[in-house]
Amino acid sequence: MTTRRDFVKTTCLSLAFTLPMEPRLRFGMAEPIEPGAFAPSAFLRIDGDGTVTIWANKSEMGQGVRTSLAMAVAEELDADWSKVKVQQASSAAKFGDLGITGGSQSTRSTFTPYRTVGATAREMLISAAATKWKVDRAACKAENGFIVHGSKRIAYGELVEAASKLEPPKDPPLKHAKNFRIVGTDVKRLDGPDIVTGRAQFGSDLKLPGMLYASVQRCPVFGGKLKSVDFTAAKAVPGVKQVITISSGVAVLADSTWAALNGREALKLQWDEGDHASASTAKIWEGFETRMKTPGKVVRKEGKGVEAVGKRAIHARYDCPFLAHATMEPMVGLADVKPDRCDIYAPSQGPSWSMDAIQKITGMKADQIEVHIPLLGGGFGRRAMPDFIVEAVECSKAAGVPVKVQYSREDDMKHDYYRPGTLHELSASLDAKGHAQAWHHRIVGPSIAASLKMPWPPEATELSGAADLPYEIPNVQVEWAQSDTPIPLGFWRAVPASFNPFVTESFLDELAHKAGKDPLDFRVALLKKDEKRKVGRDELDPGRLRHVIELAAEKAGWKAWRLAKRAKGFGMGIAAHAYLDCGTYVAQVAEVEVKPDGKVKVHRVVCAVDCGLAVNPLNIRAQMESAIVFGLTAALHGEITLEKGRVVQNGFSDYPMLRLADSPRIEVHIVKSTLPPGGVGEPGLPPIAPAVANAIFAATGKRIRSMPMTPEKVLKAAKA
Amino acid sequence: MTHIEFSVNGFSKAVEVDPDMPLLWVLRDVLGLTGTKFGCGAGVCGCCTLHLNGEAVRACQTPIKEVAGKSVTTIEGLSKDGSHPVQKAWLEEDVAQCGYCQPGQIMQAAWLLSKHPHPTDADINEGMAENICRCGTYNRIRCAIYRAAGDAPAIGKGA
Repeated sequence: MTTRRDFVKTTCLSLAFTLPMEPRLRFGMAEPIEPGAFAPSAFLRIDGDGTVTIWANKSEMGQGVRTSLAMAVAEELDADWSKVKVQQASSAAKFGDLGITGGSQSTRSTFTPYRTVGATAREMLISAAATKWKVDRAACKAENGFIVHGSKRIAYGELVEAASKLEPPKDPPLKHAKNFRIVGTDVKRLDGPDIVTGRAQFGSDLKLPGMLYASVQRCPVFGGKLKSVDFTAAKAVPGVKQVITISSGVAVLADSTWAALNGREALKLQWDEGDHASASTAKIWEGFETRMKTPGKVVRKEGKGVEAVGKRAIHARYDCPFLAHATMEPMVGLADVKPDRCDIYAPSQGPSWSMDAIQKITGMKADQIEVHIPLLGGGFGRRAMPDFIVEAVECSKAAGVPVKVQYSREDDMKHDYYRPGTLHELSASLDAKGHAQAWHHRIVGPSIAASLKMPWPPEATELSGAADLPYEIPNVQVEWAQSDTPIPLGFWRAVPASFNPFVTESFLDELAHKAGKDPLDFRVALLKKDEKRKVGRDELDPGRLRHVIELAAEKAGWKAWRLAKRAKGFGMGIAAHAYLDCGTYVAQVAEVEVKPDGKVKVHRVVCAVDCGLAVNPLNIRAQMESAIVFGLTAALHGEITLEKGRVVQNGFSDYPMLRLADSPRIEVHIVKSTLPPGGVGEPGLPPIAPAVANAIFAATGKRIRSMPMTPEKVLKAAKA
Repeated sequence: MTHIEFSVNGFSKAVEVDPDMPLLWVLRDVLGLTGTKFGCGAGVCGCCTLHLNGEAVRACQTPIKEVAGKSVTTIEGLSKDGSHPVQKAWLEEDVAQCGYCQPGQIMQAAWLLSKHPHPTDADINEGMAENICRCGTYNRIRCAIYRAAGDAPAIGKGA
């Protein structure tokens, strides 16, 4: 039996990276099913032994999506969770367009479609049992892997053949949330047992018969080109099989990664370094300074805008650096280009973004190409880019054998698509009672959309956390002043909300102190009205934001802390962010200690999150913890710099990560909600850097307006 | 090329390789044991941690010539069926996110517990200092180490 079904229409998704509308998820054609199995869609199969297999159409990079999507199906199917397995959908037509895994949209966009998959199967199993028993199907129900009628019970596995012969119902009923028994409970990730035994297969772990290992030397300067190459010495290295030029540089193909790396060392190369050979971050920042002097595009204006700021304004300037993703698994891609077919095995967040390039290189049609997606050793936006797939396809096509291109750590750090650096100027004024009256924010920086030549306005990727300022301030003006750079840009966890909220939530704290008010009370007073309202292009539910702020403060003991006498160098700060792109509200309170040597130790973070329906609370807590640690690495350590057109940083020694000893205690409080599920991969990140900055101010009376908040900057501020 | 014999997870192995090839690539590319991960190649991230004669080492910094005659335990050989107390604790605490660094974290933690059966927070801080997790699973790692030790997790999970 084959069934064709349109996936439930999903709403327009304005992803955090403001993707255009995600194509409607399609329920493609089901495979002609093997006897003894029931596969009402390409995404679900029930075997005779009762095993339930679900195909996830979003990539797993640690955010727990394979488990969450399986939970959605199992819930409606009333499956026995111990019999649920998950497989990964490929780019094959039967799975429809996989879209992009990003923007904290996966569960949000596919929760209902996946529930529908489970509900469809459940209704068909009920019908099959009712027919078999010759009873009214309305008197039958599904229960933990069985259809039940009175005292009669039959396992799903025994119904697969009968169910396969039925037509699927058109609009199967979905459960009421109050009847959920899997969704809303703490469910451990399905991949856990494979991970702890080393069985889990990441992109780096795959091997095909006859495969060669490749290491690619790319031009160290962005935009540079190969001038000449001498292969002789490289080819003489034992194990090296081929040396080929590809669009990004020179690839050494060998019988092991080690031989490929050694061969690459022996290459003699000359580069035409192109237009950016003298580029540096120092010059880029000079360009930002110049751009700051003239107005930008007004992206939000209310009241009189900047005119209302007046003479007695409070001014501040903030800056945030360029950042690399530094996933634990460096970029990797494996391609097997045959004369009439191309298989790619790549840990990708966006196989569809690579399709055009693959077709161009291979000259093949989409139906001759299949991208298979293993586990991703971290993604954070980096793996949405097609570069590592393109290189593997070029290598395999030229070599005539399967090729795996493995980036070294240095390759990964020096050939990233970076989080943009930005410069910010703000001014604001308070009225006689200390209420914020006017707010002006000018952002200078390059555009991710422009860097990637996306068909969107250049500011589309740069404004979250700035243009959607949620507070009730009568006069607001936000400007975007574009200043492009040679540094290739990409999507980095939380995208612009990884930098703008550091600026806006810190500056708001400055206003509170200027007004002589408690930063918590000051925020709450600017979120008094409960009516939903437009902020920039998005709709804000102010009550949800106010609630998470109050909840985080309460759980952190904010009021008691403010009253208590604290040891020198200790401080508590609060910050919040409404992540409107994915419908999630987060507030965090950070307790920090500023040491005499300027080091900032974050002891404790209390996080309150309202992400609508909490599909898997265990995973929501994990994602908040993850985003806080990721955000602390950026807040305290992260900075990519450019000299002579080259990225200076090489790896974890000069691009340090937060370590276990510096991981704060983290408490996560989830707001109970029946609203549709929001995203959780990114929204935990935006508040942490400003919460820490605000805590540093509380501890020292000094404001750090530059990320990363290094000991040098803290000591400099102390002396100022 | 040199002929080198050593044992991996209790099995004798013989390879003909460049004597300078790191154990990491011998395991992954030659022997097909991919549980030991490549993270940095510089011995600073801990992804490739395994046990060499019972000591935790970085496979990316261990030339195969130094492994001759020695005994290697990788994540695949830590237990037959995932039943090592550290593996069980890792599942109980649902530690992993992307999971890529976790074989190295688990091998480091198993070694730590072999030296300190009841580690303090300070022992854990020091023993796990060279293992990076970009997903930020550190607090769960700490809890899992306490659980594997049979000790109650420290209050509030953090440092």
